[in-house]
Amino acid sequence: MTLLGELQAGDSLDTVTLPAVTRLDLIKYAGASGDYNPIHTIDEEAKKAGLPGVIAHGMWTMGNLAKLFTPYYEEGFIQDYSIRFKGMVFVNDIISLHAVVDANREEEITFDVFAENQDGKSVIEGHVVFCKRLTEVATY
Amino acid sequence: MFEQAIGKKSDKVKNTVERGAVKKFAEAIGDPHPVFIDDVKFSRNIAPPTFPRVFDYGTIQDLDLPKKGLIHGEQNYHYERPLLVGEEILCYAEVEDYYERSGKSGDMGFLKVKRYGEDLEGKLIFSEEQVVIITEAVRKEMQV
Repeated sequence: MTLLGELQAGDSLDTVTLPAVTRLDLIKYAGASGDYNPIHTIDEEAKKAGLPGVIAHGMWTMGNLAKLFTPYYEEGFIQDYSIRFKGMVFVNDIISLHAVVDANREEEITFDVFAENQDGKSVIEGHVVFCKRLTEVATY
Repeated sequence: MFEQAIGKKSDKVKNTVERGAVKKFAEAIGDPHPVFIDDVKFSRNIAPPTFPRVFDYGTIQDLDLPKKGLIHGEQNYHYERPLLVGEEILCYAEVEDYYERSGKSGDMGFLKVKRYGEDLEGKLIFSEEQVVIITEAVRKEMQV
Protein backbone atom coordinates (compact mmCIF):
# COMPACT_ATOMS: atom_id res chain seq x y z
CA MET A 1 0.00 0.00 0.00
CA THR A 2 1.34 3.41 -0.91
CA LEU A 3 1.26 6.36 1.46
CA LEU A 4 -1.40 8.22 -0.50
CA GLY A 5 -3.47 5.10 -1.13
CA GLU A 6 -4.53 4.94 2.50
CA LEU A 7 -5.95 8.44 2.64
CA GLN A 8 -9.69 8.93 2.95
CA ALA A 9 -11.97 11.92 2.49
CA GLY A 10 -11.45 14.34 5.38
CA ASP A 11 -7.87 13.21 6.11
CA SER A 12 -5.14 15.86 6.02
CA LEU A 13 -1.59 15.80 4.81
CA ASP A 14 0.89 16.89 7.46
CA THR A 15 0.52 20.64 7.95
CA VAL A 16 3.66 22.70 7.43
CA THR A 17 4.21 26.00 9.23
CA LEU A 18 6.73 28.24 7.50
CA PRO A 19 9.25 30.35 9.40
CA ALA A 20 8.24 34.03 9.59
CA VAL A 21 8.39 35.59 6.11
CA THR A 22 11.55 37.64 5.55
CA ARG A 23 12.38 40.23 2.94
CA LEU A 24 15.19 37.96 1.80
CA ASP A 25 12.62 35.22 1.01
CA LEU A 26 10.94 37.64 -1.38
CA ILE A 27 14.20 38.86 -2.91
CA LYS A 28 15.21 35.24 -3.54
CA TYR A 29 11.85 34.46 -5.13
CA ALA A 30 12.07 37.57 -7.31
CA GLY A 31 15.45 36.39 -8.59
CA ALA A 32 14.43 32.76 -9.07
CA SER A 33 11.12 33.55 -10.79
CA GLY A 34 12.10 36.67 -12.72
CA ASP A 35 9.19 38.60 -11.17
CA TYR A 36 10.83 41.88 -10.19
CA ASN A 37 7.67 43.87 -9.48
CA PRO A 38 9.09 46.21 -6.80
CA ILE A 39 6.02 46.03 -4.53
CA HIS A 40 7.47 42.67 -3.43
CA THR A 41 10.91 43.95 -2.49
CA ILE A 42 11.06 47.73 -2.02
CA ASP A 43 8.96 49.37 0.74
CA GLU A 44 8.85 52.75 -0.99
CA GLU A 45 7.31 51.22 -4.11
CA ALA A 46 4.84 49.22 -2.02
CA LYS A 47 3.78 52.43 -0.25
CA LYS A 48 3.34 54.23 -3.55
CA ALA A 49 0.93 51.45 -4.47
CA GLY A 50 -1.04 52.10 -1.28
CA LEU A 51 0.33 49.16 0.70
CA PRO A 52 1.75 49.37 4.25
CA GLY A 53 4.92 47.55 3.15
CA VAL A 54 6.18 44.92 0.76
CA ILE A 55 3.91 41.94 0.14
CA ALA A 56 4.88 38.43 -0.90
CA HIS A 57 4.39 37.35 -4.49
CA GLY A 58 1.17 35.33 -4.62
CA MET A 59 3.17 32.78 -6.59
CA TRP A 60 5.67 32.49 -3.72
CA THR A 61 2.87 31.32 -1.44
CA MET A 62 1.44 29.07 -4.17
CA GLY A 63 4.89 27.55 -4.76
CA ASN A 64 5.33 26.92 -1.04
CA LEU A 65 1.91 25.29 -0.69
CA ALA A 66 2.77 22.70 -3.36
CA LYS A 67 5.54 21.30 -1.16
CA LEU A 68 2.96 19.38 0.87
CA PHE A 69 2.84 17.02 -2.13
CA THR A 70 6.56 16.76 -2.85
CA PRO A 71 7.10 13.65 -0.65
CA TYR A 72 4.60 11.78 -2.88
CA TYR A 73 6.10 12.36 -6.32
CA GLU A 74 7.21 8.75 -6.52
CA GLU A 75 3.52 7.79 -6.43
CA GLY A 76 2.26 10.19 -9.08
CA PHE A 77 2.21 13.88 -9.92
CA ILE A 78 0.15 17.05 -9.56
CA GLN A 79 -2.18 17.05 -12.55
CA ASP A 80 -4.17 20.16 -11.69
CA TYR A 81 -3.35 22.93 -9.26
CA SER A 82 -5.83 25.83 -9.04
CA ILE A 83 -5.47 28.75 -6.70
CA ARG A 84 -7.41 31.90 -5.88
CA PHE A 85 -5.38 34.66 -4.21
CA LYS A 86 -7.46 35.84 -1.26
CA GLY A 87 -5.28 37.99 0.95
CA MET A 88 -1.90 39.65 1.18
CA VAL A 89 1.15 38.15 2.88
CA PHE A 90 3.46 40.60 4.66
CA VAL A 91 6.99 40.34 6.02
CA ASN A 92 6.95 38.64 9.47
CA ASP A 93 3.69 36.81 8.76
CA ILE A 94 3.64 33.18 9.79
CA ILE A 95 2.02 31.09 7.11
CA SER A 96 0.77 27.55 7.55
CA LEU A 97 0.07 25.19 4.65
CA HIS A 98 -2.86 22.77 4.57
CA ALA A 99 -4.25 20.03 2.32
CA VAL A 100 -7.41 18.04 3.09
CA VAL A 101 -8.53 15.03 1.04
CA ASP A 102 -11.74 15.67 -0.83
CA ALA A 103 -11.96 12.24 -2.52
CA ASN A 104 -9.59 9.32 -3.08
CA ARG A 105 -10.45 7.64 -6.36
CA GLU A 106 -8.79 4.85 -8.28
CA GLU A 107 -6.75 7.12 -10.55
CA GLU A 108 -6.58 10.39 -8.65
CA ILE A 109 -6.93 12.06 -5.29
CA THR A 110 -8.52 15.47 -5.03
CA PHE A 111 -7.56 17.87 -2.25
CA ASP A 112 -8.80 21.18 -0.90
CA VAL A 113 -5.70 23.23 -0.24
CA PHE A 114 -5.10 26.54 1.49
CA ALA A 115 -2.51 28.66 3.22
CA GLU A 116 -3.43 30.84 6.18
CA ASN A 117 -1.69 33.49 8.23
CA GLN A 118 -1.15 33.74 12.01
CA ASP A 119 -4.66 35.19 12.41
CA GLY A 120 -6.25 32.18 10.75
CA LYS A 121 -7.09 34.17 7.65
CA SER A 122 -6.88 32.28 4.39
CA VAL A 123 -4.42 33.99 2.00
CA ILE A 124 -4.68 31.53 -0.88
CA GLU A 125 -7.05 28.65 -1.44
CA GLY A 126 -7.87 26.16 -4.13
CA HIS A 127 -7.65 22.57 -5.27
CA VAL A 128 -5.12 19.94 -6.22
CA VAL A 129 -5.77 16.87 -8.35
CA PHE A 130 -2.98 14.38 -7.70
CA CYS A 131 -2.79 11.80 -10.48
CA LYS A 132 -1.79 8.31 -9.30
CA ARG A 133 -0.88 7.25 -12.84
CA LEU A 134 2.84 6.76 -13.21
CA THR A 135 3.60 7.67 -16.78
CA GLU A 136 6.84 6.39 -18.28
CA VAL A 137 8.53 9.69 -17.57
CA ALA A 138 7.18 9.78 -14.04
CA THR A 139 9.19 6.73 -13.03
CA TYR A 140 12.24 8.59 -11.94
CA MET B 1 -9.87 47.95 -23.39
CA PHE B 2 -8.23 44.62 -24.08
CA GLU B 3 -11.18 43.13 -25.96
CA GLN B 4 -9.32 43.42 -29.25
CA ALA B 5 -6.58 41.17 -27.89
CA ILE B 6 -8.86 38.18 -27.22
CA GLY B 7 -7.66 35.18 -29.22
CA LYS B 8 -4.25 36.72 -30.00
CA LYS B 9 -1.30 34.39 -29.54
CA SER B 10 2.44 34.77 -29.24
CA ASP B 11 4.88 32.91 -31.47
CA LYS B 12 6.33 29.80 -29.89
CA VAL B 13 9.61 30.20 -28.01
CA LYS B 14 11.99 27.35 -27.25
CA ASN B 15 12.90 27.05 -23.56
CA THR B 16 15.10 24.64 -21.66
CA VAL B 17 14.18 23.38 -18.21
CA GLU B 18 17.56 24.41 -16.83
CA ARG B 19 18.98 22.43 -13.94
CA GLY B 20 20.43 25.47 -12.18
CA ALA B 21 17.20 27.43 -12.57
CA VAL B 22 15.16 24.55 -11.13
CA LYS B 23 17.50 24.31 -8.14
CA LYS B 24 17.34 28.04 -7.49
CA PHE B 25 13.56 28.02 -7.83
CA ALA B 26 13.10 25.00 -5.52
CA GLU B 27 15.25 26.74 -2.92
CA ALA B 28 13.29 29.98 -3.28
CA ILE B 29 10.01 28.21 -2.45
CA GLY B 30 11.68 26.39 0.44
CA ASP B 31 11.43 22.99 -1.23
CA PRO B 32 14.93 21.77 -2.18
CA HIS B 33 13.78 18.13 -2.35
CA PRO B 34 16.07 15.55 -4.03
CA VAL B 35 13.35 14.76 -6.58
CA PHE B 36 14.01 18.23 -8.05
CA ILE B 37 17.73 18.62 -7.58
CA ASP B 38 19.59 15.36 -6.85
CA ASP B 39 20.64 13.68 -10.10
CA VAL B 40 22.59 10.97 -8.28
CA LYS B 41 19.67 9.70 -6.22
CA PHE B 42 17.20 10.14 -9.11
CA SER B 43 17.94 9.22 -12.71
CA ARG B 44 15.57 11.98 -13.77
CA ASN B 45 14.60 15.11 -11.93
CA ILE B 46 11.36 17.00 -12.32
CA ALA B 47 10.53 20.68 -11.90
CA PRO B 48 8.18 22.01 -9.19
CA PRO B 49 4.61 22.52 -10.49
CA THR B 50 4.80 26.33 -10.34
CA PHE B 51 8.20 26.47 -12.12
CA PRO B 52 6.71 27.42 -15.55
CA ARG B 53 6.64 30.97 -14.18
CA VAL B 54 10.22 31.35 -15.38
CA PHE B 55 9.73 30.48 -19.07
CA ASP B 56 9.69 32.91 -21.96
CA TYR B 57 6.29 32.69 -23.68
CA GLY B 58 6.98 35.29 -26.35
CA THR B 59 5.10 38.52 -26.92
CA ILE B 60 1.42 38.86 -27.73
CA GLN B 61 0.85 41.65 -30.25
CA ASP B 62 -1.57 44.38 -29.11
CA LEU B 63 -1.26 43.46 -25.45
CA ASP B 64 0.55 46.22 -23.62
CA LEU B 65 0.18 45.55 -19.94
CA PRO B 66 1.24 48.13 -17.38
CA LYS B 67 4.27 47.16 -15.31
CA LYS B 68 2.63 48.19 -12.06
CA GLY B 69 -0.72 47.98 -10.34
CA LEU B 70 -1.88 44.60 -11.63
CA ILE B 71 -3.48 42.20 -9.17
CA HIS B 72 -2.98 38.48 -9.59
CA GLY B 73 -6.42 37.00 -9.00
CA GLU B 74 -6.17 33.35 -9.91
CA GLN B 75 -3.65 30.85 -11.19
CA ASN B 76 -4.34 27.36 -12.52
CA TYR B 77 -1.92 24.70 -13.75
CA HIS B 78 -2.73 21.57 -15.68
CA TYR B 79 -0.14 18.88 -16.34
CA GLU B 80 -0.28 15.93 -18.74
CA ARG B 81 2.93 14.73 -17.14
CA PRO B 82 5.65 16.26 -14.95
CA LEU B 83 8.18 18.62 -16.50
CA LEU B 84 11.64 17.03 -16.71
CA VAL B 85 14.83 18.81 -15.85
CA GLY B 86 16.97 19.21 -18.95
CA GLU B 87 14.22 18.90 -21.54
CA GLU B 88 13.51 21.44 -24.26
CA ILE B 89 9.97 22.73 -24.61
CA LEU B 90 8.06 25.15 -26.80
CA CYS B 91 6.08 27.83 -24.99
CA TYR B 92 3.47 30.31 -26.14
CA ALA B 93 0.71 32.45 -24.64
CA GLU B 94 -2.80 33.36 -25.69
CA VAL B 95 -5.31 35.95 -24.49
CA GLU B 96 -8.26 33.80 -23.53
CA ASP B 97 -10.73 36.42 -22.37
CA TYR B 98 -11.20 39.97 -21.14
CA TYR B 99 -14.24 41.44 -19.43
CA GLU B 100 -15.09 44.28 -17.08
CA ARG B 101 -17.17 44.26 -13.93
CA SER B 102 -18.24 46.99 -11.52
CA GLY B 103 -17.02 46.57 -7.97
CA LYS B 104 -16.58 48.44 -4.72
CA SER B 105 -13.43 50.17 -5.96
CA GLY B 106 -14.79 51.08 -9.39
CA ASP B 107 -14.74 49.18 -12.66
CA MET B 108 -12.34 46.27 -12.74
CA GLY B 109 -10.94 44.57 -15.81
CA PHE B 110 -10.36 40.82 -15.75
CA LEU B 111 -7.78 39.50 -18.19
CA LYS B 112 -7.37 35.76 -18.68
CA VAL B 113 -4.09 34.69 -20.23
CA LYS B 114 -3.43 31.05 -21.03
CA ARG B 115 0.08 29.74 -21.47
CA TYR B 116 1.21 26.46 -22.94
CA GLY B 117 4.28 24.24 -22.82
CA GLU B 118 4.68 21.52 -25.45
CA ASP B 119 7.36 18.97 -26.28
CA LEU B 120 9.25 19.47 -29.53
CA GLU B 121 6.73 17.24 -31.36
CA GLY B 122 3.95 19.61 -30.34
CA LYS B 123 2.45 17.40 -27.65
CA LEU B 124 1.07 19.31 -24.65
CA ILE B 125 2.99 18.94 -21.38
CA PHE B 126 1.30 21.69 -19.34
CA SER B 127 -1.01 24.64 -19.62
CA GLU B 128 -1.58 27.45 -17.17
CA GLU B 129 -4.27 30.03 -16.85
CA GLN B 130 -3.69 33.33 -15.13
CA VAL B 131 -6.40 35.80 -14.19
CA VAL B 132 -5.09 39.33 -13.82
CA ILE B 133 -7.25 42.07 -12.34
CA ILE B 134 -6.72 45.57 -13.67
CA THR B 135 -8.16 48.25 -11.40
CA GLU B 136 -9.88 51.39 -12.64
CA ALA B 137 -7.04 53.58 -11.36
CA VAL B 138 -4.53 51.67 -13.47
CA ARG B 139 -6.73 51.70 -16.55
CA LYS B 140 -7.18 55.46 -16.29
CA GLU B 141 -3.43 55.94 -16.15
CA MET B 142 -3.01 53.79 -19.25
CA GLN B 143 -5.37 55.92 -21.30
CA VAL B 144 -3.37 59.09 -20.68
